[in-house]
Amino acid sequence: MICARALRKEFGDFVAVDGIDFDVAPGESFGFLGPNGAGKTSTMRMIGCVSPITAGTLRTFGLDPSTDGAAIRARMGVVPQADQLDSELTVVENLVIYGRYFDIPRAECRRRAAELLDFVQLAERANERVDPLSGGMKRRLTIARSLMSEPDLLLLDEPTTGLDPQARHILWDRLYRLKQRGVTLVLTTHYMDEAEQLCDRLVVMDGGRIVAEGSPRGLIDEHATREVLELRLHRAEVIGVADGATAAEDESALTAIDGIGDRQEVLPDRILIYAHDGEAALAEVHRRGIEPVGSLVRRSSLEDVFLRLTGRTLID
Amino acid sequence: MTTPTTIRVWESEYAVYRKVWKSHVLLAFVQPLLYLLGMGLGVGALIDVNADSTSTLGGISYFAFLAPALLATTAMMSAGQASLWQVLDGFFWGNRYRAMAATPLTPGDIATGLAMWHATRTAIGVSGVAAVLVLFDDTRSWGLLVAVPVAVLTGLAFALPITAWSSTRHGDGSFPTVIRFGLLPMFLFGGAFFPIDELPVWLQPVAHVTPLWHGIELCRGAVIDSVSPGNVAVHVLVLVAYVAVGWVACRIAFARRLAP
Repeated sequence: MICARALRKEFGDFVAVDGIDFDVAPGESFGFLGPNGAGKTSTMRMIGCVSPITAGTLRTFGLDPSTDGAAIRARMGVVPQADQLDSELTVVENLVIYGRYFDIPRAECRRRAAELLDFVQLAERANERVDPLSGGMKRRLTIARSLMSEPDLLLLDEPTTGLDPQARHILWDRLYRLKQRGVTLVLTTHYMDEAEQLCDRLVVMDGGRIVAEGSPRGLIDEHATREVLELRLHRAEVIGVADGATAAEDESALTAIDGIGDRQEVLPDRILIYAHDGEAALAEVHRRGIEPVGSLVRRSSLEDVFLRLTGRTLID
Repeated sequence: MTTPTTIRVWESEYAVYRKVWKSHVLLAFVQPLLYLLGMGLGVGALIDVNADSTSTLGGISYFAFLAPALLATTAMMSAGQASLWQVLDGFFWGNRYRAMAATPLTPGDIATGLAMWHATRTAIGVSGVAAVLVLFDDTRSWGLLVAVPVAVLTGLAFALPITAWSSTRHGDGSFPTVIRFGLLPMFLFGGAFFPIDELPVWLQPVAHVTPLWHGIELCRGAVIDSVSPGNVAVHVLVLVAYVAVGWVACRIAFARRLAP
């Protein structure tokens, strides 16, 4: 459905996307995971045919965006990062006007609008102005709007950024239903849980490049252990000294836990210990006489994959 | 049958306008009426008793001199204001033009559709002024039917260059300046309230290159038959040139902003 080879985007001297390859199959749900500035949005804008590619090739529905941009956009729904609703208009007017951009007859626009408002659970708000709606409702309306043209492919740029947990779950549920209907989803996110919830397959981007590709589970299996033990230590305590840990003391703290688990990551506020069995690792920590201030055993996530691949956390 | 892409943009602008049309029509109608009463009749009463003044105006009453010019000034003000915040909003706050650009519409379609909408909106405002002029003996003329499209052309000569400018902005800081030091001086000194022959000599060429003066001369000429055919051609040509350059600039600016 989408095929990119050596795809590149430059703005002056700045390289936003540095030669990436990927394919998206029909019906698939494909994600770009990465921190801000990784090149996700630039890639989405090229796929969306609103940003010319600098080099490489890009084909969507087998068409070339540089010559068939309008034809590609006609078959694609776009949910942008920031809502672009007409705040003066009512909920249903927003949908009808958007449908008209695709030259869908007015009566058909109204029929689809009613159906979509049911789908995104906004039917009782149909004739209200957009302005007073909550962030989650506006997002759902934006998704409804992107579906007015009954697209084969839906692009979602950070669909749940800035939403509260409940609103996110409603949105994920709706997107999951779309996926079940066979709509191809392409989304960007910097949330690991979102990628794990929604994506069949994803690429991890960093600095304009793809650093890993696979299914969420596959990436975790490949780049992390089954479980992670998170430790919060008073490092000074570990080595029996009072407050004010120095670099040397930090070293000692690390020495004290050396060898526990398969691999360790030291973050400013905690230490991550990657181990197949997190509880066993925690038992070993206790056995060595270390009393952490806090500890947590969890399953490893894409966050850990990202940390492993780039040495940095996803959200600073 | 497919709807032309530019008409789809126009429809969208119209849908938004329907929410605010009352205030626009009222303003376009009331403001010129106030000028007509205050300046045309009030100040006019002082001017018309002076024979020298009347000959300066070409032998007509001050009311007949001023009233047709208000078609052009209203077109300028209405079109100018619709080309500032409302245009930037489409790229910057509300982003409605970005939403359009994600559909089959191209930046060029959006620019041209918006230009067509500017023409429509200006026509609505100017028609309100024309309706007022019909009420007075001095300006009740078939020439108003010519003056209205001429005023729309004048409005576009402002709307399109200003729209192109607005679509390159990243904030509205410059907009009050455009009004205060661009539109307002033209309104006052562009030949609506007194002939530009009365301006200091060095200022007259400035008035000659502004679109407003040409629009005023044409509107006045249409209503009170005061302009020669040769001058009509020049005035129309200047306005068309502003519109053409503005339209091309809009298309370029929209493409740069929407598809970087």
